[in-house]
Amino acid sequence: MKRFFLSFLMIAGVYSATMAQSAQYEQVMSKNITELESPSTFTPAGLTEKAALFERIGDAEKTQWQPYYYAAYCNVMNALVTTDRNKVDGLADQAEADITKAEQMSPKNSEISCIKSLIATARLKIDPMNRGQQYGPIAASALEDAKTQNPENPRVYMLIGQSLYFTPEQFGGSKEKAKTLFELALQKFAAFKPAYKLDPTWGEGYTRGLLKSATEGK
Amino acid sequence: MTFARKCLVVQGLSVKRLVYSVKLTEYTRRSFAVVENRSNFGHKSSPIDMLLFNRLLILTIFFPAWLSAQVRITGKVTDTKKRPLAGVNIAIKDSYDGAVTQADGSFSFSPSTTGELTLFAILNGYQSLEMKINTATNEPLNIVMKSAANSLKVVTIAAGSFEASDDKKNTVLKPLDIVTTAGAGADIVNAIKTLPGTQQTNDREGLFVRGGTGYETQTVIDGMLVRNPFYSGLPDMPGRGRFSPFLFKGTTFSSGGYSAQYGQGLSSALILESNDLPTRSSSSVGVSVIGVSGGLETLAKDKKTSYGVEADYTNLAPYFNVFKPKQTVNLGPEIIGTSANFRHKTSKTGMLKFYGYANWSNMGFSYNSLEYPGNTESYQVRNNNIYTNLTYKESLGNDWKLFAGASFSTNKDRIKTDTLPKFPLESNIGIGSDLTQMKVMLTKGLGLFSALRFGGEYQYAAERSSFNQYNLNYADNYTAAFAETDVFFTHSLVGRFGGRAEYSSVLGKMNFAPRAYLGYRTGVHSQVSVAYGDYYQKPEPQYIRYDRSMDYMKATHYIATYQVMSNDYTFRTELYYKKYKNLVKTVPDYSNNGDGYAQGFELFWRDRRSIKGLDYWVSYSYLDTKRNYLNYPYQVQPDFAANHTASLVTKYMITKLSTNVGLTYSFASGRPYYNPNQPLDKFMTDRTITYNSVGASISYLTSIRKAFTVIVFQVTNVLNSKQVFGYRYSSDGTRRSEITPNTPRFIYLGMFMNFGTDRRQDVINNL
Repeated sequence: MKRFFLSFLMIAGVYSATMAQSAQYEQVMSKNITELESPSTFTPAGLTEKAALFERIGDAEKTQWQPYYYAAYCNVMNALVTTDRNKVDGLADQAEADITKAEQMSPKNSEISCIKSLIATARLKIDPMNRGQQYGPIAASALEDAKTQNPENPRVYMLIGQSLYFTPEQFGGSKEKAKTLFELALQKFAAFKPAYKLDPTWGEGYTRGLLKSATEGK
Repeated sequence: MTFARKCLVVQGLSVKRLVYSVKLTEYTRRSFAVVENRSNFGHKSSPIDMLLFNRLLILTIFFPAWLSAQVRITGKVTDTKKRPLAGVNIAIKDSYDGAVTQADGSFSFSPSTTGELTLFAILNGYQSLEMKINTATNEPLNIVMKSAANSLKVVTIAAGSFEASDDKKNTVLKPLDIVTTAGAGADIVNAIKTLPGTQQTNDREGLFVRGGTGYETQTVIDGMLVRNPFYSGLPDMPGRGRFSPFLFKGTTFSSGGYSAQYGQGLSSALILESNDLPTRSSSSVGVSVIGVSGGLETLAKDKKTSYGVEADYTNLAPYFNVFKPKQTVNLGPEIIGTSANFRHKTSKTGMLKFYGYANWSNMGFSYNSLEYPGNTESYQVRNNNIYTNLTYKESLGNDWKLFAGASFSTNKDRIKTDTLPKFPLESNIGIGSDLTQMKVMLTKGLGLFSALRFGGEYQYAAERSSFNQYNLNYADNYTAAFAETDVFFTHSLVGRFGGRAEYSSVLGKMNFAPRAYLGYRTGVHSQVSVAYGDYYQKPEPQYIRYDRSMDYMKATHYIATYQVMSNDYTFRTELYYKKYKNLVKTVPDYSNNGDGYAQGFELFWRDRRSIKGLDYWVSYSYLDTKRNYLNYPYQVQPDFAANHTASLVTKYMITKLSTNVGLTYSFASGRPYYNPNQPLDKFMTDRTITYNSVGASISYLTSIRKAFTVIVFQVTNVLNSKQVFGYRYSSDGTRRSEITPNTPRFIYLGMFMNFGTDRRQDVINNL
């Protein structure tokens, strides 16, 4: 009886410990994911800070893809917003290392494919003339993968729309088509329910902004 | 418990904390300072003090978490050269705790647990560190991180070579640079002529590098030698390169000190590496004022196999009807070019490539005779040329890699001319050569970057020539073995040591050529290097034909380089000395008694950043060279060498108009020429006027239906500057004619369309 009681206690203890861990995990993750939306975080220093934190969480948790996903997100966003061209490849390398870890835990994930597309775009952007042929197809095919993996992922349409929007008409860009895609993305955003509360949800506000400029731009 | 005892406990605690040197936050440190001060000043504590102590005590006892949070881990991270490292992720194992280092390399954070902890320091490009720390230690941590073995940060083998490649790592040129250099007409060699070390010898074929002739530069495709890389030209009218720059993912122009893998080039090597599998299937058509072209490239569904065919037809006759050349066209000029490629990924690491081309060209001109005024002379060349190249690369496991290649080429020039004697009959000259080549190379990786390479090469060359009914043919069996090792002593110091032994049956002689290279990285972007090497080359077939007792010509290179290279700019300077021995002499008899030297320095600066949208490079070369060869009476500066050459290449992208504008300016000081009216001691002392050339190009990128389209407009010698490459004298020395370009200015308009391949992402411009 005593042994039973003890083992029960132990199980309960272990259980509550994991619960506590998980609760802490969710709490820390939620807090930091929310903070990603604040403009003060969206600076090179802020993104570096957050990327490092998400990497630490990922390393500690070992089984969750989301921390590495957000680490990659922070690094690739940093690569996209930085004004120092010399830093882009380093940040993209870091994002690639993070997203590879995420992918090992969650293969064929539409969100992860979106980040892969962004990484190729970041690399391409610093030297489109020379890097276009190499990274253009990588960026495009990653988005194709993302669409196949989850046709309901709004970020896929947002990113395809973005590429159409910023590409000059003579290279196959189209503001008109981009607008349609932004509208489609917004529909998908409205219907999108993340499978897990820490899964990515970002991009709706950004899409609205793009749609606004696409509409006004004419 | 009395106040006094409480006091003691508190004091003891505070002392203990200080003794155990737990790093305290500013707040607590200040609190304790207050406590200490008060106890020092007033020996007896006031009730207020006691109250404070009480609070502190309560805090100490009941909020261990609060206190432990005050433990701070601080420190600084530097690299091995004591430079601070920013952005290092400092992490505590199995927790979320950590921090990122600031610009000065410092970090500071409070861990949620105390005691023995495992700390990680992680930074991309550096070796991660793991260390045990104890929060009870107050010492700030001094962390030194070693840079990881990362090819971007490792010293490179760079002396003497300019590389254009797509790799992520920095290269001086990108493949597209060759295509977009104004005035180069998408010709690889013309684009290379804007780099230091080259001569503006636009009256002769080939690359004349650092006091060397065009024959001294070898062209290599995927490791295999290419004979006749240029279309057969006419006297004073060089032929352009036979292959399209679009076929190559990498181009390395070496102006000296190159690897033991390559032989039979005294001065320079132009090393081309063909594309791998394309990303998509596509087709293309092109039309221009001088011809049409079309191509097809198909990628199999499994993305492991691709094949492509290309064909073009060029005919200059219509153009010459509008823009009259100096000489009168009497054949063609027309060129039919075809090429085919096949690529197959044989395994994860294996690649089989075939590339081949076949070309036919006819061209001929007649011009006023210098020798016999009032008469015209004619010179016509009909050429056909086939080149094929098959290579295979595979990893054999255990860091061994295999390269095997075979190539076959055949070239035939049929020349009809009446220029030689004043004779009613024309002369028929035939020059032909076949080359069969095999090469095997094994590479063994030693550690991360070091490697050992060795292999062998065999060439069978059949050289034929005929003059009317006379024939003069010979064959040569050439074998070579080479071995070379790249040793990375540290990430900053690399050495390459090797040698090459060759035997040519027609010369019946063997040679051994040692090569050595040392490179040292002096900073993040800069390095210095030195190179030394012996280079041997067989004399040109036209001499061996007549005299089989000849020997190899020899050049010894000494090169020192300093270069700084980042994403946005490149600075490079090179100093060299080259000694020539055993050059061919034709007077008084055929012999190898010629010799000479070349020395000079070169500068290169490229900037892609300072002015938005503008990319430019400047190169300058100073050359001091003299040689005694052929019929020269003694060592003089040869007629192909200018002392000063310079180029400025600019490329400006007007994004709004999706138009690329390019301007290239090339300059060369006057070249020596032979004037028979000068006494012997003034041999080759006359100089031509300086050479100036401005080339312009405008490319407009657009899409027609679904085809990616480029419209190109190019003009060479925009300013119509007079260009004189030398003079030709009549045999009595009384008359002379200038050697000038046949078409002083060339205007080109063309349109190229590419279907199927989604190039949309190429110029994605979301900035």
